[in-house]
Amino acid sequence: MNIFRKDKRKEIKNELPLEVSNNTSTSNKGSVKLRVFRVNAVQNPNDIPHFDEFQVPVKRWTTVLDALLDAKSYQDSSIGIRYSCRMASCGSCGMKINGIPRLACYTKISDLDTNTITCEPLPNFPYIRDLVTDFSQFFNHHRSVMPFMQNKKADIPNTNELTEYKQSPQDLDKFLQFSYCIKCGLCYSACPTVATDVKFPGPQALSQAYRYFADSRDSDKSNRLKIIDTNHGIWRCHFAGSCSNVCPKGVDPALGIQLLRSHLLGISKSEKKIAQLQDRSTNTYREEDGEEQIEKEDLKE
Amino acid sequence: MTSDNIKNSKNKKTTKWISNITLLRESQIMKIHYITGVAALFVVAIHILMRLIMPFNMSLEFENVILNYKNVFYALLLESILVLIAIHGFNGLRVILLEIRQTQIWERGVNILVIIAMIGIIAYGTRTIIIANGLSLG
Ligand code: SF4
Ligand code: FES
Repeated sequence: MNIFRKDKRKEIKNELPLEVSNNTSTSNKGSVKLRVFRVNAVQNPNDIPHFDEFQVPVKRWTTVLDALLDAKSYQDSSIGIRYSCRMASCGSCGMKINGIPRLACYTKISDLDTNTITCEPLPNFPYIRDLVTDFSQFFNHHRSVMPFMQNKKADIPNTNELTEYKQSPQDLDKFLQFSYCIKCGLCYSACPTVATDVKFPGPQALSQAYRYFADSRDSDKSNRLKIIDTNHGIWRCHFAGSCSNVCPKGVDPALGIQLLRSHLLGISKSEKKIAQLQDRSTNTYREEDGEEQIEKEDLKE
Repeated sequence: MTSDNIKNSKNKKTTKWISNITLLRESQIMKIHYITGVAALFVVAIHILMRLIMPFNMSLEFENVILNYKNVFYALLLESILVLIAIHGFNGLRVILLEIRQTQIWERGVNILVIIAMIGIIAYGTRTIIIANGLSLG
């Protein structure tokens, strides 16, 4: 009975408004100071960027996006923000929050441990307005790695004969984590090479190149390698690893880049390590599926 | 053909000639980069260890240094250090310079200059080794 009461108290405590330490003159209990980067590069290319400050009420569960929308609704409707899903799925609300690229909808203010939240547009992207940046170059790089399945044997015009592409769970494991990318651009904005080399495809595009390269259903592997094996291609990665640090979906683009490099250097079959990792993390995965494991030969047939 | 077209076709010819200079794919260049880097570590290690066959200050005396060059195997070791480090170092420089700017002229200019500088350093160093090897101490 006592244990139950203890838990209940904890729950209630979690629902209370966030207690914020009072170390700035403007901050109140249950509110934070939001510093929002303001610029209008479209209307006035010479516009001088500055920060506007807003005091917004917060609860323990308030995200940075909620706070920004609160400021937009009740204090300044001209704040430029891009968002859609509010659940870390669409990848549109990426911004630099307190110096680190993050998704605004996925960052709780209570996790930031401060009463001043600074929101800036993503670095390495040209400004459009306020927190909205231009993703054209980013998507061009993404397009350049041909992020779609290519299989010359696929009998696409013959729809009667069209059958599904089968794939074993092991083959799926080889690229699954890379297919979780939501194209939010956080890795691109954190990459030090992208900051200096505009022709460098960036971690997102390179990890997608690996995602399609490692897919057993794709047949255009040598061409995929050629696309990224250029002066400004995959070899310009310094392996800073900041892309993997900021990725909100656990894609680990730095791993994809290293795996692709190992293929280019001729140390092949490295992608198997991912399948083994998956094997260990899920532990019973193979045992459970053991009886149902589809033989590769069967799949080919 | 307008003068602009003539200019363009001339430019294209030069561009083709210049781009032919870099015949290797980037992965092949980087393979060479890594191999020369690892190999240079070994030969430089041998080179440093050779200082230990006599007291260190003696090993750097003029006569002893020239005697080293007179040993064909040692001269070959020095030559290999020169070649490996020149290739590895100048490619490293090329990689750094390529990141600074991304215009075609810059990229080609860097490629050509790096190749010329590399060949120049190797030629000059080889000349030094050959002269020292043939130098009479008497
Ligand atoms: S790899 Fe991660 S950080 Fe980069 S775009 Fe995809 S989801 Fe965003
Ligand atoms: S609003 Fe969709 S990812 Fe944040």
